[in-house]
Amino acid sequence: MRNAFASEITKLGVEDERVVLLSADIGNRLFEDFKAKCPGRFYNCGVAEANMVGVATGLAMAGMRPVCYTITNFITYRCIEQIRVDVCYHHQPVIIVGTGSGLSYASLGGTHHSCEEMGMLRLLPGLAVMAPADAMEVRGALRAALGQTSPVYMRIGKKGEPVIHETTPDLMIGKAIVVREGTDVCILSAGNMLPTCLQAADLLAANGCSARVVSFHTIKPLDEACLAEAFGKFAVVATVEEHSVLGGLGGSVAEWLSDQPAPRARLIRFGTKDEFLHETCEQESARKIFGLTAENISARLKALWQ
Amino acid sequence: MASSLTTTEDLSRISREIRGKLVEMSHNAGTPHLGSALSVVDILVAAYWNVLKIDAKKPGDETRDRFILSKGHAATALYVTLALRGFFPKELLDSFAQEGSPLAEQPSPNCAPGVELATGSLGHGLPVGIGLALAARIRKMDYRVFVTMSDGECNEGSVWEAALFAPAQKLGRLTVVIDYNKWQATGRSNEIMALESLPAKWSAFGWKTSEVDGHDIEAITRELRKTDNDKPTAIIAHTVKGKGISFMEDDNNWHYRIPKSEEVTAARRELGLL
Repeated sequence: MRNAFASEITKLGVEDERVVLLSADIGNRLFEDFKAKCPGRFYNCGVAEANMVGVATGLAMAGMRPVCYTITNFITYRCIEQIRVDVCYHHQPVIIVGTGSGLSYASLGGTHHSCEEMGMLRLLPGLAVMAPADAMEVRGALRAALGQTSPVYMRIGKKGEPVIHETTPDLMIGKAIVVREGTDVCILSAGNMLPTCLQAADLLAANGCSARVVSFHTIKPLDEACLAEAFGKFAVVATVEEHSVLGGLGGSVAEWLSDQPAPRARLIRFGTKDEFLHETCEQESARKIFGLTAENISARLKALWQ
Repeated sequence: MASSLTTTEDLSRISREIRGKLVEMSHNAGTPHLGSALSVVDILVAAYWNVLKIDAKKPGDETRDRFILSKGHAATALYVTLALRGFFPKELLDSFAQEGSPLAEQPSPNCAPGVELATGSLGHGLPVGIGLALAARIRKMDYRVFVTMSDGECNEGSVWEAALFAPAQKLGRLTVVIDYNKWQATGRSNEIMALESLPAKWSAFGWKTSEVDGHDIEAITRELRKTDNDKPTAIIAHTVKGKGISFMEDDNNWHYRIPKSEEVTAARRELGLL
């Protein structure tokens, strides 16, 4: 996803002279192409995220389309007040991209985990919150974000993740993408959990349970039409994310659900627990700790479906 | 464009008029931060009457100079300045902090013509000002950006992140003015944090730095007019909190105190407005 971001932002920078890329002392070589093709529009803001977000706001106020990029926890937790006051309160079209989201950097330790930021950011008025599933969705999400006149936050993973979509989807903010059709249960996937969700669907299929799999790439605004259909049609709807079950996709859907008159489906949320991960481990092991595996997701869905 | 009212006498009168209005507004609305507002008045007068390339009839003109009052708790001083400078009717000031008024105690986005940024949370003005200045360079425009901060505001980490970044970008058309009245909300700013040697600090961070009497409008004007091609400018303006009213000067109680009606009268008499 990281390389797709660098490639797509370069294309967008060439197409639109208003695009300015800001990074906080990461990705220097990653953006060589952008720097060459968009001279004077890349700024390494140093390890100073609060300033970077303020600078982006000033750029946007003066007609530019800034994109801020660094590791997710630094561009969110560190400077949430700048995102709130500068970007959101002034409703400026700043795009904030966090890389290495969720448990992508599990082995770097808890300072580098980000399993709460979507919950924090989706409370900010006017801010769209996105979690594209693969490199292709990152490209589509960036294009969609640049088409907005309002701020967008986007969490992306790392490099080398499985690519699900064959081409760049015509992605619309707030419009989920059905990746696989099914008739019995529905799996809503946020961000980089989509390959795992498809594997879970395969396991369910082997047990006679047909699962619809949806890339729910926008946590805010919610695709309410998609939710209404899923909760009216299926027996079970699951949310899956590398994020706390509080506040992210699962939390958002639970809030939405509480306002619905009589949904048919029951909701089950897969995500991280309300606790820090202290074990030293890679992403795959971290996911196992929180039950974010195809085996666990399929087994629990099968049990609820039956 | 700069106003034609540029004689020392004219500007002194405007300055006293603003101070008188500030005392009235604090009393009428029951709002604090009067000492902070009185402190910054002469900086605003020098900027708005002598330096800024602005047109009150075209507050959104892309080519305008930008002035950000980052110490948003002194918003009344900005509101009165903008009203006297013709950005909006003076009568609007009477609604200050009343329910339904666009003029809140600290400014909200686009609350009134001429207000560039919603401030009130300290440490936000300079990073945004840097963004405005960078955009000018990218777009090959020649407007200048001015950010006025308080000394207490220099407690904020974001100020020093920005202070490191602007010189690295050689933003010669960015000017910071620090309203250095030596007080913050709860005590002496040089004691609560080690702010002493503020000019040396900004200079060491790579800014072209000067010191000025923050109540000498001509001297402030001279400093504000200077630009440097390679370095951003920091002007440390030595000011007096509560300036202009003898019983408020350098008395930090006026950070929060609200003047009584007899104090309003006494203040206006001292200012030569009665």
